[in-house]
Amino acid sequence: MSFINYSSREINCKIVYYGPGLCGKTTNLQYIYNKTNPEAKGKMISLATETDRTLFFDFLPLSLGEIRGFKTRFHLYTVPGQVFYDASRKLILKGVDGVVFVADSQVERSEANIESLDNLQTNLQEQGYDLNKLPYVVQFNKRDLPNAAPLEELNDLLNPTKVPHYEASAIKGVGVFDTLKQVAKLVLTELRKAG
Amino acid sequence: MSNQLVMYEEELSQISNICDVLQRDSNAKAVLVIDKNGQAIAQSGEVEQLDVTSLSSLTAGNVAATGGIASLLAEKEFAGQFHEGEKTNVHISIVGARVILLVLFDERSSLGLVRLRVRKAAVELTGVLEVLVKKSESGNQPSVFAEITDDDIDNLFND
Repeated sequence: MSFINYSSREINCKIVYYGPGLCGKTTNLQYIYNKTNPEAKGKMISLATETDRTLFFDFLPLSLGEIRGFKTRFHLYTVPGQVFYDASRKLILKGVDGVVFVADSQVERSEANIESLDNLQTNLQEQGYDLNKLPYVVQFNKRDLPNAAPLEELNDLLNPTKVPHYEASAIKGVGVFDTLKQVAKLVLTELRKAG
Repeated sequence: MSNQLVMYEEELSQISNICDVLQRDSNAKAVLVIDKNGQAIAQSGEVEQLDVTSLSSLTAGNVAATGGIASLLAEKEFAGQFHEGEKTNVHISIVGARVILLVLFDERSSLGLVRLRVRKAAVELTGVLEVLVKKSESGNQPSVFAEITDDDIDNLFND
């Protein structure tokens, strides 16, 4: 749910990175955090287990600049990807303005991708959202790995509605900002339609 | 528009006043009003040393998780929470089902006093929020977005 503050002239939006366990959601946020100017970012918070698996969420507040005198702020969240954290994932989707589905390109993660995408759709529906109507992009991560499935195959499998998609290697930063920019643009465009 | 929280100058000033009065009357270190989705709305007191953005997001996460526990136990919600620290204590309450009122206090105050003052502030805050929701749903207010062009959005990403 976007928050428009006419008093402080700010627009705040929430973007959620979704996807199966170990697909690189946290890595996306870490890369964005590392490459963003200090004045444009807040503290990155990771609620993780001792083995660095996301337990509840990662959170990164980002300022993208001004539109017509309004500061645009994006709050980026990741969900815990592991299957048994479903209750937490539902909570994090509340009030979402835009979704990035991070798919793991490795052939053997195909089933996990499908399961996570189904889970995303189900959890959004429970909150009264429709993935087809939300600002939504798909990122095919880990393209640099030798066991990555062909892009076309992944698109057929995970992106039947042909939303914008990006090839990425989040650990190297490839495709990370392209993905973020696209989803942020879609969110702002959607807000304009609503406004 | 129902998926949007819009804050106008008049209501923000009223909410800030409620925060100021609550902070003073409860001898609290700081008072924050936070949207349930983790956006900071207003604050009062000793907030310079606080990372308000992080605090807001984590408090909202905490409230959401507690709400999840409530529904598992067939409770509507747990309206209040209290965390006791060595120096700073935290009182969290949900107001008007929409915002979170966070009070940070130390030995200069007490849980009883905070609870008492929060109850009064919550009633006032609920009134302001009701007006705010009606106002933003009426659609009579000017929207910043009507003026925004594709170029404005593109320019944001030119680096």
